[in-house]
Amino acid sequence: MRYPSMWRYLTQRLIAFVPTLIGVSLLVFVAIRLVPGDTIIAMLGTEAGMLTESQRTALLEYFGLDKPAPEQYVTWLGNVAQGDLGYSVRHGAPVLSVIIQRFPVTLELAILAMIIALAIGVPIGLLSAIRHNSLIDLAGRLFALIGLAMPNFLLGTLIIYGLSVYFGILPNSGDYVEFTEAPLRNLQQLIFPAITLGFAFSASVMRTTRSAMLEVLGEDYVRTARSKGLRERTVIMRHTLRNALIPVVTLIGVEMGYLLGGAVVVEEIFALPGIGRLALNAISQRDYALVQGIALFVALNFLLINLLVDLLYAAIDSRISYAGQN
Amino acid sequence: MPAKIESIPARHEPPLLRRLLANRSGAVGLIIVVLFVVMAICGMFGLTPYPSVEQHPRDRLGAPSEQYLMGTDLFGRDVASRLIEGAGNSLRVAVLAVVLSGTLGTLIGMTSGYIGGMVDNILMRAMDVFFAFPAILLALLVVAILGPGVNTTVLAIAVVYTPIFARVARGPVLSVKAMDYILAARCLGLRGVRILFLHVLPNTLAPLIVQISLALSWALLTEAGLSFLGLGTQPPQASWGVMLSESRGIAEMAPWLMFFPGLAIMLGVLGFNLLGDGLRDVLDPRLRGIR
Repeated sequence: MRYPSMWRYLTQRLIAFVPTLIGVSLLVFVAIRLVPGDTIIAMLGTEAGMLTESQRTALLEYFGLDKPAPEQYVTWLGNVAQGDLGYSVRHGAPVLSVIIQRFPVTLELAILAMIIALAIGVPIGLLSAIRHNSLIDLAGRLFALIGLAMPNFLLGTLIIYGLSVYFGILPNSGDYVEFTEAPLRNLQQLIFPAITLGFAFSASVMRTTRSAMLEVLGEDYVRTARSKGLRERTVIMRHTLRNALIPVVTLIGVEMGYLLGGAVVVEEIFALPGIGRLALNAISQRDYALVQGIALFVALNFLLINLLVDLLYAAIDSRISYAGQN
Repeated sequence: MPAKIESIPARHEPPLLRRLLANRSGAVGLIIVVLFVVMAICGMFGLTPYPSVEQHPRDRLGAPSEQYLMGTDLFGRDVASRLIEGAGNSLRVAVLAVVLSGTLGTLIGMTSGYIGGMVDNILMRAMDVFFAFPAILLALLVVAILGPGVNTTVLAIAVVYTPIFARVARGPVLSVKAMDYILAARCLGLRGVRILFLHVLPNTLAPLIVQISLALSWALLTEAGLSFLGLGTQPPQASWGVMLSESRGIAEMAPWLMFFPGLAIMLGVLGFNLLGDGLRDVLDPRLRGIR
């Protein structure tokens, strides 16, 4: 399919977001209302039983929960279209500001994990492919297998265990500090969770790099480059790596999409105030507006990153073009 | 992995099992999986050294010994017995979840791809919604709706994996349905459903079988993860995730509480992963390299 211009392509993609986002919001709207109990009970606990009928009605009315569900949804959707995600009952603040307050932790964690994954995964994958079937390759593949089989809650537990037994420290004892406040202390708090997330991620990066390199190294143009007498280093760096990185970009896109949804388990183990734990708590507290807001926010992130990946393809691989002309 | 090119279309292909055993990943994976399944079956029938919830108050936090091969936990329960029972619980959840999502996903994907057009468009957009929805959030919502427990875990995993199976099943159907033999079947007057199950499905099985193995490894991981968070298998029932979670805070005193369930999870996942890799190499060499 050809597109007359880049802008047209972008607009089409962005418009295609709308039905998906509506689907996500509808799904979560129904799902959170199927959870037994409601906001009021979750908020007041046992004291909810002491409310008189009129007090209860007044509270429901205050939060707009007295209307029939379809009406609530339409109202909510209308507000979202104007950039208003609603009001979090538990946090006593607009949903958007609650999310934006927590998002930096998740974003920083995801970026750190990605840096770790790339820094470990790409070189090992490259080396494994170049020294195909050697001892190095075997070691690299073993590393990848372990990385894929090691669940993050196990690695996280092991790291905390190792730190406390051998170094006598507990990561994250104390409150989380933001990067802008105290960068070093912030990094100290985030580095172990980032390693936990990055390890499994690096294993898939390694596997993808390796198999893509092996495939590209078998191509005719690589043989041509070699037979021209180019140095192996030039062949690898100039001709092979660039093409081999395309699947890695896809992988990173997918993983980042998931990581930006919050790493519930890792945030829970290391007691980090990220989006994942926010979601976990919002669900257990029946904070309807917050759950809906988070789902929408995370889905939008996921879609935007996918779009970004597609655009990156065009930048890396000149055979792909979304802007017509081919 | 050495590329094995089957140069001549073999008239008598050796049986799948032998080809799988000739593949290094496949052989190792198969051995681990068989051991795991044997262990799980023992767990399901209660064939453990001690009853898994039996407490031995005198032997609390005992190190691995002749009496308790893998030591005992805070309540003096035998870790080895709990590990075996945990294998049974994990396998039951994983298999049920994969059967459910595999059947449903395959049906959706095949129907969608075969009918095409508007139906395909709508079904696949619906699947996109599930993809854009963070998997863990979806699983958490299912748990919140139904309350924690084994059946919920099965459903939570199935909900996440159904769209993946749908995509995997749809792809090959698109290419197979354009084949001449499908046209021939249609000319013979066969009905759609019959064509779908007798002629399309068998030719799309390879990627599905690979996906089943990978899904099992993912289901094991998720079951352990949800149980670790306290949302899956409920104590005092044993699950590897529960055991690992219970070891938190006391692993400094009793590292075996963390070591054995951790190792079990890793080996279980590794086994299904390797088996999946092996199956892919054997069944569908074109797919090699895709994660």
